[in-house]
Amino acid sequence: MDLKSNIPEGPLADKWKNYRGSMNLVAPNNKRRLDIIVVGTGLAGASAAATLGELGYNVKAFTFHDSPRRAHSIAAQGGINAAKNYQNDGDSVHRLFYDTIKGGDYRSREANVHRLAEVSTEIIDQAVAQGVPFAREYGGLLANRSFGGVQVSRTFYARGQTGQQLLIGAYSALSRQIAKGQVKMYNRHEMLDLVTIDGKARGIITRNLLTGKLERHAAHCVVLATGGYGNVFYLSTNAMGCNVSAAWRAVKKGALFANPCYTQIHPTCIPVSGEYQSKLTLMSESLRNDGRVWVPKTVEDAEAIRKGEKRAEDLAEEDRDYYLERRYPAFGNLVPRDVASRAAKVASDENKGVVKTGLGVYLDFAAAIERYGKSEAFSKGIDNPSAEKIRELGEQVVEAKYGNLFQMYEKITGENPYKTAMKIYPAVHYTMGGLWVDYNLQTNIPGLFALGEANFSDHGANRLGASALMQGLADGYFVIPYTVGTFLADEIRTPKISADSPEFMAAEKETRERLEGLLAIKGNQSVESFHRRLGKLMWEYCGMSRNAEGLKKGRELMRELKEEFYKDVYIPGTMEEFNPELEKATRVADFLELGDLFALDALERKESCGGHFREEYTENGEAKRNDEDFTYVSAWEWDDDNPKVHKEQLEFENVELKTRSYK
Amino acid sequence: MKLTLKIWRQKNSTANGHFENYQVVADEHMSFLEMLDVLNQQLIEKKQDPVAFEHDCREGICGACSMVINGRPHGQQKGTTACQLHMRAFKSGDTITIEPFRASSFPVIKDLAVDRSSLDTIMQAGGYISVNTGQAPDGNAIPVDSEDSSSAFDAATCIGCGACVAACPNGSAMLYTSAKINHLNKLPQGKVEHNKRVQNMIKVMDKEGFGKCSNVGACEVECPKEISTDNIAALNRYYLSSVFAGND
Repeated sequence: MDLKSNIPEGPLADKWKNYRGSMNLVAPNNKRRLDIIVVGTGLAGASAAATLGELGYNVKAFTFHDSPRRAHSIAAQGGINAAKNYQNDGDSVHRLFYDTIKGGDYRSREANVHRLAEVSTEIIDQAVAQGVPFAREYGGLLANRSFGGVQVSRTFYARGQTGQQLLIGAYSALSRQIAKGQVKMYNRHEMLDLVTIDGKARGIITRNLLTGKLERHAAHCVVLATGGYGNVFYLSTNAMGCNVSAAWRAVKKGALFANPCYTQIHPTCIPVSGEYQSKLTLMSESLRNDGRVWVPKTVEDAEAIRKGEKRAEDLAEEDRDYYLERRYPAFGNLVPRDVASRAAKVASDENKGVVKTGLGVYLDFAAAIERYGKSEAFSKGIDNPSAEKIRELGEQVVEAKYGNLFQMYEKITGENPYKTAMKIYPAVHYTMGGLWVDYNLQTNIPGLFALGEANFSDHGANRLGASALMQGLADGYFVIPYTVGTFLADEIRTPKISADSPEFMAAEKETRERLEGLLAIKGNQSVESFHRRLGKLMWEYCGMSRNAEGLKKGRELMRELKEEFYKDVYIPGTMEEFNPELEKATRVADFLELGDLFALDALERKESCGGHFREEYTENGEAKRNDEDFTYVSAWEWDDDNPKVHKEQLEFENVELKTRSYK
Repeated sequence: MKLTLKIWRQKNSTANGHFENYQVVADEHMSFLEMLDVLNQQLIEKKQDPVAFEHDCREGICGACSMVINGRPHGQQKGTTACQLHMRAFKSGDTITIEPFRASSFPVIKDLAVDRSSLDTIMQAGGYISVNTGQAPDGNAIPVDSEDSSSAFDAATCIGCGACVAACPNGSAMLYTSAKINHLNKLPQGKVEHNKRVQNMIKVMDKEGFGKCSNVGACEVECPKEISTDNIAALNRYYLSSVFAGND
């Protein structure tokens, strides 16, 4: 298979502009005749459905949630990047482009990333116009903060709830189109198959989750904006419902899945507290602006802390190892996520963890509280302030900056982070891999597009903080509305697609049989118990660091688990009713296959890059990339026994490949 | 900790419901929903029907979880969704009563899961600023007073869970609707369509069968995002002035 990235000709900075100005368009009278299916209504899906509706296409939007506003984009905390340079600190489209390429460890496509940086500024304008209440300076202009892995302040934010506010913006734009009848909204409908006719994506099979009824939906093209697959690890910061099934169904119909092994493990999450744990909660990266990460210098102190004999405050400065500041003096606590996560693992592996399980490090605000307290006392003209006064003033400043995060931490752990250091540990957070797409965001199946976290194209092997919101909205508001025309311009003579064709009937039948097959197993183990076991295998063999032996073993064990699943899973209830256990079962079944492909991809990529760390490929304890042999995208064609890889070589014409150093 | 759970079971929207008692052993570090996971695992192992409840993000922001715990939407802890309520708030030996959100506009789907799509319908009546993608001026072209932006945010922090409706003896959605209207009206961008928005959203809110507000204030007490009833007072003023503005 020849993978055509369809990158336009010309200098990097002009590609998108020139392409946009010369691509085929669909006239307004023809847009009215064309139907588009959008699956998923998070940031990428809602913004795409709303914008395509505004343009005049007939849109059908689908979500398995009861409302588009529940999509997990809502949980993003920290912010959204844009190259506005409002701070006059040297930011530019080129710098955002460069930071993203470097942050992604040189494993993303230059042209896609540059376009992302270009449209980033328009996203902020659009969101402001929709009424997103971004943080503002006293003069009324937009405020910014800094995020990991970069040296400018380009992150726009709405307290610690930026994702929520941006999603409400997209959801309200979508609601407006629903009211106008331009978008028909199907809540509580889960996509269970993709329908292709003559090689083109023409529709989907869904299950109405309230009634259990299978439905056939046809359109001229299909857009998937169905998020990432972090839940293959069971424990992640993803919502419980996040799943890979829509993308995986496309893979089963021939779509290629790119770079599955690129997973982002976020360094600052609340550690696992017990076997019953169902999900992990992120503490925003913005906390690393002020929090200092450390573990005890000695194993003895760490043991005493784990036994509850000592507390963080009992250790003197000289007994603490601020390991990020020590190892990476240039970026300190603000190194990129993959680097910070691995460093936490190293500390825990050295038996210096500070929670009972051994898997936790401190994120300490004591120094920040003191620093802010002193500066507040000075600006308030308080002479010789007492230690308590400094503390009190400092806590007020920290509360104003991170109050909601501190409150969330206290609710979950029962500990007060103003008084004692937070305990954190890395957790699976985001997946950079996804459906392979070309420059138009079209997969290798004509008429099937993938947006947001569901595709692979922009973040390479590691995503920078505050860039997921940017990419989701860039794809939905500013890319797909144009690029969908490159496919649809040739479809204006295609009549309405019928959902009663043999292809649709066959797909519906296949789906019904698949569900009936699962229900008929009537074994003894719950779906959840299989999902937990899969997650443990993934974390152990495909987690923060990987090696060939472990990956082979992990694959084997996952295949055994899949076999056991199809023999012994128990799903209560029937197909024709509201049945959350059946929903979970189809998702876990797909995760079992994805996990296998994930391990295979990690095995074949014999280098360390970004979120993919192979123990065999290191230099002085740091990741070692192999640009000579691995500067390509691995796009996998699924096969039950032997998935096949197709390689898209990555060409870097504008940046020089360097060893990523944050020292 | 050993607990007795008294849970509302209802097969579907037309069936009659009833309470059933269950015993469960929980850990104080568990979230409330993880405790329900333990119960469901027990039920599935016994090949019984697990308790249906809505949940997703489990970090208090998606608004999916919706249950009445010991008579209070999302339970007794202030400013906390059910998913963020932890078992350390209870003690061994407790009996906990768990019911669905009860309101005529929220029909029960099964057990603790209810249909809240009427809240979306209110949004579609005007919970937006009419701006197409691409029409926006530069983000800094319209300065917004930082306090206005901050109070717009306070209203916009609503997670659409419907606890306000469940808490209200009249089943009113005034807190939800007023929060959205205030969010948009605090910002200069939102003022253009203000009167029309107020009229349309109120009309649809009434049509969806939500009750009237009689200033009970339970909505504010139970709101997991602590949204203030000041929003309702403001909406009442806006409504009157929008009537006189004659703009429907």
